[in-house]
Amino acid sequence: MVNETDKPKDAEALIAGLQEFRDEVITKYPKKIGKKRAKSIILSDAENPPQIQANVRTVPGIITQRGCTYAGCKGVVLGPTRDIVNITHGPIGCGFYSWLTRRNQTKPVDENDSNFIPYCFSTDMQDSNIVFGGEEKLKQAIREAYELFHPKAIAIFSTCPVGLIGDDVHRVARHMTEEIGNGINIFGFSCEGYRGVSQSAGHHIANNGLFKNLIGRDDEVRGSLKYRVNLLGEYNIGGDAFELDRVMEKCGINLVATFSGNSSIQKFENAHTADLNMVMCHRSINYVAEMMETAFGIPWIKVQPIGAHSTAKMLRKIAQYFGDKELSVRVEEVIEEEMKAVEAVRAKIHPRTKGKLAMLFVGGSRAHHYQDLFEELGMTTIAAGYEFGHRDDYEGRRVIPTIQIDADSRNIEEITVSKDETRYNPRKTEEEMKALEAEGMEFNEYHGLMAQMEKGTLVIDDLSHYEMDMLIEKYHPDVFCAGIKEKFCVQKMGIPLKQLHNYDVGGPYAGFKGAINFYKDIEQMVCASIWKEIKAPWENEDYVEAQFVF
Amino acid sequence: MRKIAIYGKGGIGKSTTTQNTVAGLVEMGRKVMVVGCDPKADSTRLLLHGLAQKTVLDTLRDEGEDVELEDVMKAGFKNTSCVESGGPEPGVGCAGRGIITSINLLEQLGAYDADKELDYVFYDVLGDVVCGGFAMPIRDGKAQEVYIVCSGEMMAMYAANNICKSISKFGKVGDVRLGGLICNSRKVDNEANMIEEFAKKLGTQMIHFVPRDNMVQHAEINRKTVIDHAPEHPQANEYRTLAKKIDENKMHVIPTPLQMQELEDLLVGFGILN
Repeated sequence: MVNETDKPKDAEALIAGLQEFRDEVITKYPKKIGKKRAKSIILSDAENPPQIQANVRTVPGIITQRGCTYAGCKGVVLGPTRDIVNITHGPIGCGFYSWLTRRNQTKPVDENDSNFIPYCFSTDMQDSNIVFGGEEKLKQAIREAYELFHPKAIAIFSTCPVGLIGDDVHRVARHMTEEIGNGINIFGFSCEGYRGVSQSAGHHIANNGLFKNLIGRDDEVRGSLKYRVNLLGEYNIGGDAFELDRVMEKCGINLVATFSGNSSIQKFENAHTADLNMVMCHRSINYVAEMMETAFGIPWIKVQPIGAHSTAKMLRKIAQYFGDKELSVRVEEVIEEEMKAVEAVRAKIHPRTKGKLAMLFVGGSRAHHYQDLFEELGMTTIAAGYEFGHRDDYEGRRVIPTIQIDADSRNIEEITVSKDETRYNPRKTEEEMKALEAEGMEFNEYHGLMAQMEKGTLVIDDLSHYEMDMLIEKYHPDVFCAGIKEKFCVQKMGIPLKQLHNYDVGGPYAGFKGAINFYKDIEQMVCASIWKEIKAPWENEDYVEAQFVF
Repeated sequence: MRKIAIYGKGGIGKSTTTQNTVAGLVEMGRKVMVVGCDPKADSTRLLLHGLAQKTVLDTLRDEGEDVELEDVMKAGFKNTSCVESGGPEPGVGCAGRGIITSINLLEQLGAYDADKELDYVFYDVLGDVVCGGFAMPIRDGKAQEVYIVCSGEMMAMYAANNICKSISKFGKVGDVRLGGLICNSRKVDNEANMIEEFAKKLGTQMIHFVPRDNMVQHAEINRKTVIDHAPEHPQANEYRTLAKKIDENKMHVIPTPLQMQELEDLLVGFGILN
């Protein structure tokens, strides 16, 4: 929560008015829809998070921000890995419009390292492939991809028609693995767009695939034996992973694998040799963290390297976990050095940004993470929400046992993971874990978005376009954070919009240098006077009324 | 030109009945085209004296866009025009989408144009109306008249009732109508009376009762319709009568499908001879 002194003067009145705003919005809907939306529009209470309705079907026609299951699987989780050839099995649109749109960057280690991210692979299904089945065309596509690029792995992503006509991508994957040989790893995903209520289903399907087909295939321990960690749910948008790599390296922490920003197959296959998993985007990757703990005994903690102070907190948590004096000293040195640069910039910008208002409606973690950065700028977040979060992302993991499993969630494969007989190895003894917990370290825990928000601020799941319009008209936030679908509508209303899916042209925003970038970019947006000029000159003039005289 | 679709439970004798009736119509001097809408592509076998046909979808797949009407249409018994839509092998792809593609192609190629001087088009559609593709022939602008082949067996009547549901759905927004039930006898008790009563409840008629005769089987083995194989046989006359009745039929209705309970009551009332 933002410092008391940074709050706008009328903060109390603003927040007090949100209840009335909420009720007004709900009454504008038809009765049945109003009743449904009321459960997803909630006033936050960090002490006692109220129940919110999330991860349920979108009301048709509300102009949702959500994406599809295919987008979550192929675009988000598997997309950032450079050396897997990702083939979209379907008509060309799905592949084409998910090509490079997330700005996830990658850096091949040398010229022999493969990088397929600039390419778009699709089977381009035609009418006759629908009628006669597309498996042969898919096999041909895999053969061609192999002949041209000789990748170590090929992944197949199913689009909607593939599920309708029953093409079996998993059987094709097995068949082609045998046909090509040479140790190639080919695997498929049943991530048809309609599988779930949002892209969240695709994340789950991708997590299952990562665990079944990649994690744990390579036992060789590479690099230092000390301080081995994985970072989960980091997708290297705008170069975030590069900044985090830099910080980790500076501290001497050995980042074994990032899922999946700037990642490679070998890193995934090797990930089980790390001693700590750190979950950044809880929504998209908590499944992998849990499966790795069950199978290999690697504990996981929630971290938050967005925001300079939060990054420092993450580094301290790592040092605390390894309980190593040398590491703690190094971490403190790095934090001190980095924070000097951060504070120098922040001190200049903070007076210009404090007291301003932000709204964030994005992602399944991002609407939470970026609040840290806004707090560092002295900006108050009065409304926030996720596109595809679940109740635990809002209310904290303690509610997981009470989340009702509905037909839509049952539609997603649930894999059972058990202890790996030879490789299961608890990284800490029970006593050590207890001692760490006593020191305040929390394992397998995430407190959710509401824990960070001021009491009485607005939390909205699956924001509708109407609700967005109303929020802007009534509260004129100084910046609105969402994605490309909202960007120009919001900007036409005279409010700058920061895309937090792909950072527009900016970034990185993670770590220390990322925080500096964010401060500067946000200062530019919220202090620009151009937004007052958004109306054409004649729109500000009075209408001249006249009549024809006959 | 009258466009007629024949529906009915799988294995009830749709293709046999269609081809024999078409033989009767062409004997009367009518110009007829038969479009088989079954991936098995066996709807024109008796008219063509064998499976000599290359299907529309196979042709489309082999030739690409460059398809001529002559490539997919063969002349059968007494100059009947025979077309097979074709489709994927069982368990693969989407047969429903195949029918949509192939009927659209026939339209583009001008198979129905006035210069063909057709009196009738018959669509022989497989089984039940399981998905949108199989309803294609009764969608707007395609077949306007449907005949359902059934028998006195429970499942055949159940399927007929289901088909009526889809006709009544499409009938309300388009011009498709039910012309009647054709009873292809399975020699069950009280069959003709029961189907007549069933037809009445649906708001239609039993247009003809085709008795069971082994001659149909003989003709099929010889890859011919009965009219072609044994023109003097009484069974040939049955098909001639059916053809004439269809030719003269003026009763076109939107059916009123039965509730499951009504259908079962009908069977109990008629189906068991005391």
